[in-house]
Amino acid sequence: MSTETIVKAENLSLTFQTNDGPVHALKDVSLDINKGDFVSFIGPSGCGKTTFLRCMADLEEPTGGSITVNGVSPREARKSRAYGYVFQHAGLYPWRTIGRNVRLPLEIMGYSKEDQDARIKRVLELVELDGFEKKFPWQLSGGMQQRASIARALAFDADILLMDEPFGALDEIVRDHLNEQLLKLWAKTQKTIAFVTHSIPEAVYLSTKIVVMSPRPGRISDVIENPLPVDRPLDIRDTQAFLDVAHRVREGLRAGHSYD
Amino acid sequence: MTKTALSVLTVLAAIVVIWYLAVAPMNIRVALDQAARAGAEIEPPSAVERRNVPILTLMSNNRDHIAAGYDLDRPRLPTPMQVGEELWKTTGAMVLKGRTWSKRSLIYHGWITLQSTFWGFLLGTTIGIVGAIAIVQSRVIEMSVMPWAIISQAIPIVALAPMIIVLSSQVGIEGRGFPKALISSYLCFFPVLVGMVKGLRSPTAEQLDLLKTYSASGVQRFLKLRMPASLPYLFTSLKIGIAAALVGAIIGELPTGAISGLGARILIGDQFGTPLAIWAALFAAAILAGVLVTLLDRTQHVLLRRMGMRS
Repeated sequence: MSTETIVKAENLSLTFQTNDGPVHALKDVSLDINKGDFVSFIGPSGCGKTTFLRCMADLEEPTGGSITVNGVSPREARKSRAYGYVFQHAGLYPWRTIGRNVRLPLEIMGYSKEDQDARIKRVLELVELDGFEKKFPWQLSGGMQQRASIARALAFDADILLMDEPFGALDEIVRDHLNEQLLKLWAKTQKTIAFVTHSIPEAVYLSTKIVVMSPRPGRISDVIENPLPVDRPLDIRDTQAFLDVAHRVREGLRAGHSYD
Repeated sequence: MTKTALSVLTVLAAIVVIWYLAVAPMNIRVALDQAARAGAEIEPPSAVERRNVPILTLMSNNRDHIAAGYDLDRPRLPTPMQVGEELWKTTGAMVLKGRTWSKRSLIYHGWITLQSTFWGFLLGTTIGIVGAIAIVQSRVIEMSVMPWAIISQAIPIVALAPMIIVLSSQVGIEGRGFPKALISSYLCFFPVLVGMVKGLRSPTAEQLDLLKTYSASGVQRFLKLRMPASLPYLFTSLKIGIAAALVGAIIGELPTGAISGLGARILIGDQFGTPLAIWAALFAAAILAGVLVTLLDRTQHVLLRRMGMRS
């Protein structure tokens, strides 16, 4: 794995001004994400993990510090379509078929019709939704909808995939299946993935790097390099090595969170 | 489906029963006046005395004459049967006689009103949709236009209608077509405006963020997200709008000395004391409104189905 730095955040801070006074969503967050990394952000609500992701995506403006994506500002990275973003809700347009939902970014970015068709076919195969192109979102299960939204984020070949709790609303069995698929997808596409989650097993199972965050103010309390091998069958979660990493994540969460 | 039909029919039956029961007390005075003129013995005998006697007393004192109230030429309240007969006489029967477009035919008058409704609806929905787009795009326009839109609906349209007619003839517009359409659109644009504003704002923050990650332009955001997302809202407001447009067109015919149109029929029926004509025109208007709303409802159903949305 090369060590090219894709995302570089230095003392990144973001303060929201609210009626109840300032809220420090992020305070002095410094982090490097390397090319090909699978980085999970885990922590309780309000720890700033989603805010950090949104800063990378230029959906929020930091109030302090600096952040670069692909060596440029998040805005330039967004304009050059450096990343695909997967939201917590699949957010497929109900009036578009699955195929046409995947087509949406391609239409906006002005790809040719033939290129669009080829890309739709390829990414739908990648998320194992070939044959569902003409179905409408409501005809698909929640898990399939989320897969379609991942296909939509992959369609324009961004090197970075930002995922904000994409499987948070799904049940555990579907989630396991999608986690497995996501790892295969990551291996196949060599993307750099930043993944926000609430689930310790999910973070440990998926990532090469786990960023543990804590709230008030939102900051990083631990960064864990995951020692598990790259090839991970689902039952790796019953091994001692897996449990050790999970334990360290839990410790990190506890340390950063005073339950007063 | 049969369940809906059953509940609708039940309500309908209840209305008809209440209506029939109401005919007797409503018409008793007219019936007694007529019987007195024909030489029958009425209690009390003089019309002036009867004026101060309560209806129920009149009914119980003159039971033999209650039935006559169901068969008057100029009843205060006609029976449903009489209204139905009048409606048939001025529509279906006219068609059979080949006089569909006669001045006595409600089809002719309905057509006049329908034309104004159509133009008013077209104008009103255009104003409503364009206004909604402007309001959603610009905060300044929202703050400057929205209060006036709301105030406009607080002004009684019957007060405004004659002024619109006078002013439009003042600026040299001949005929009643344009002012009627204008009055009609005045009532029609508001539900469309409000519904469209709501519809264009219906996309979630997440959906808008998604388009931002694609660096979509404002036009793309509008065409690919806001516009299609607003369609279900649009149809709901169109259904309210077309009914409002019809009411507007009828109101436009009332204070203007018009002699054609359902509104004119209602006014003339009132002036000439022919309640049957009023009721028939009233029902013709209601049926017309029902047909128009149903047509839009079907269109909505088919269109949203085709778009993949469950309507």
